[in-house]
Amino acid sequence: MIAKQQNQKAWFMVLPVFLLVAFSAVIPLMTVVNYSVQDTFGNNQFFWAGVDWFRNLVHSERFHSAFLRQLLFSGIILAIEIPLGILIALSMPRRGWGVPVCLITMALPLLIPWNVVGTIWQIFGRVDIGLLGYSLTALGIDYNYTQDPLAAWFTVVIMDIWHWTSLVVLLCYAGLCSIPDAYYQAARIDGASRLAIFRYIQLPKMQRVLLIAFLLRFMDSFMIYTEPFVITGGGPGNSTTFLSIDLVKLAVGQFDLGPAAAMSLIYFLVILLLCYVFYTVMSNIGMESTNHGGS
Amino acid sequence: MRFKWLIPAIYILFLLLPIYWLVNMSLKTNDEILSVFSLWPHNLTLDNYRVIFTDASWYSGYINSMIYVTINVIISVSFALPAAYAFSRYSFVGDKHLFFWLLTNRMAPPAVFALPFFQLYSSIGLFDTHIAVAIAHCLFNLPLAVWILEGFMSGVPKEIDETAFIDGYSWPRFFVRIFIPNIASGIGVTAFFCFMFSWVELLLARTLTAVNAKPISAIMTRTVSASGLDWGVLAAAGVLTILPGTLVIWFVRNHIAKGFALGRV
Repeated sequence: MIAKQQNQKAWFMVLPVFLLVAFSAVIPLMTVVNYSVQDTFGNNQFFWAGVDWFRNLVHSERFHSAFLRQLLFSGIILAIEIPLGILIALSMPRRGWGVPVCLITMALPLLIPWNVVGTIWQIFGRVDIGLLGYSLTALGIDYNYTQDPLAAWFTVVIMDIWHWTSLVVLLCYAGLCSIPDAYYQAARIDGASRLAIFRYIQLPKMQRVLLIAFLLRFMDSFMIYTEPFVITGGGPGNSTTFLSIDLVKLAVGQFDLGPAAAMSLIYFLVILLLCYVFYTVMSNIGMESTNHGGS
Repeated sequence: MRFKWLIPAIYILFLLLPIYWLVNMSLKTNDEILSVFSLWPHNLTLDNYRVIFTDASWYSGYINSMIYVTINVIISVSFALPAAYAFSRYSFVGDKHLFFWLLTNRMAPPAVFALPFFQLYSSIGLFDTHIAVAIAHCLFNLPLAVWILEGFMSGVPKEIDETAFIDGYSWPRFFVRIFIPNIASGIGVTAFFCFMFSWVELLLARTLTAVNAKPISAIMTRTVSASGLDWGVLAAAGVLTILPGTLVIWFVRNHIAKGFALGRV
């Protein structure tokens, strides 16, 4: 990489962004920190509570189970969406009328407001008026996402696959399109098998975008709120109460500001850690690609 | 490999089925939805759409959403342009840390910010205004815009800048006349992504509005809980929220993947 020019005046170009994001990020975050160490009995009277909330939270059954559910959910959807996305991207057409058709229909779910995604699946899964619920019941499968935890999980997972697999597909497709035809010709001359082409040409070329897809999907699924809230409201029982849903329940539903703030901070720290991993990985790929002459 | 086209075809079918079901329902009467199970509307009706276009409490939601999304896109792109240029061309004290900090805000869970945002905007008197939602959405859209634009700008060779300065261009003139046309597609993609994330977000938009600036998606949730059973109108409202996205996809169809990769394919 060519060394960038040292220029401290560049700060002035960044300043507007810095101020605007700081206004939206730092002040609310300080409010949260403030709440997390205090207790209140109403009337806007606050008492110092120290780290009590954090101690309670770390030992609370409720937080543990919400956290585990969150990890399980992210794990399941990653295990399905990434391979499925690669498979679809590999079999997409490279030229002709099929390309815009695929790109546009696949991008469609990404542009639907998240609560409408929830509404669509809420309707689609209903036993009385939804195609999915009705068909499953007609086939003799016991399916009711408002009562059966397993069915609720199935609905939320399939909804997320519907909603976000396209992201993986689009990213992989972009990576595949950047492979020059000469690579394939060389592989054909060498008589490489389909599997070998995938393993030694396509997979290395997709590595960058796959990492981006993996990390984006992981982080976005880790803070999922609206869709499961609309479909199941966190139920039946607590079976689909993920971290964000639990947090909003605690803060807005029960108005337990202290515990909610403590939970926010722990949640935020987890995300921060993930971000650090993401950032380090991304900058390392950036370095690698410039060392190899860019891509 | 002759049936390779089947995989994307099945996937697209899977994507379109739920959307078809929504459209199908929006064209039925409530009686038909609840009484018979039909794969297509037997008594085609546009009444559900008529309700939305004549009732101010419905269509004002669309107008509100459009207003704050537009303000947000304008703020995000215009603020992010110089910042992204600084990140892609210069090194300065704290640049890497600042970039990382911006990224953390893109990844911050909105649920963490919902309550403090409500208090912050109430205390400065911006609660229930379009500008409040637009600024709140900058929390994740500005970092995103800086990231995508920085990716596109780094693809423009530095020689262009240097030649322009040698030719005697001042920085603002160079930026507007030469640099911006060079990354026009990048700006389009950035605007598209800001539009998209502001359009699909509900939690913050709902928390920060009550009546005057209430977005369409929040009005939909209210109808589900209150009257509960007007499935036809609900479906019609859902269909109408899909339309703007479908229209803008067309303009960026060739660059959309590059945008998702934050300009780094």
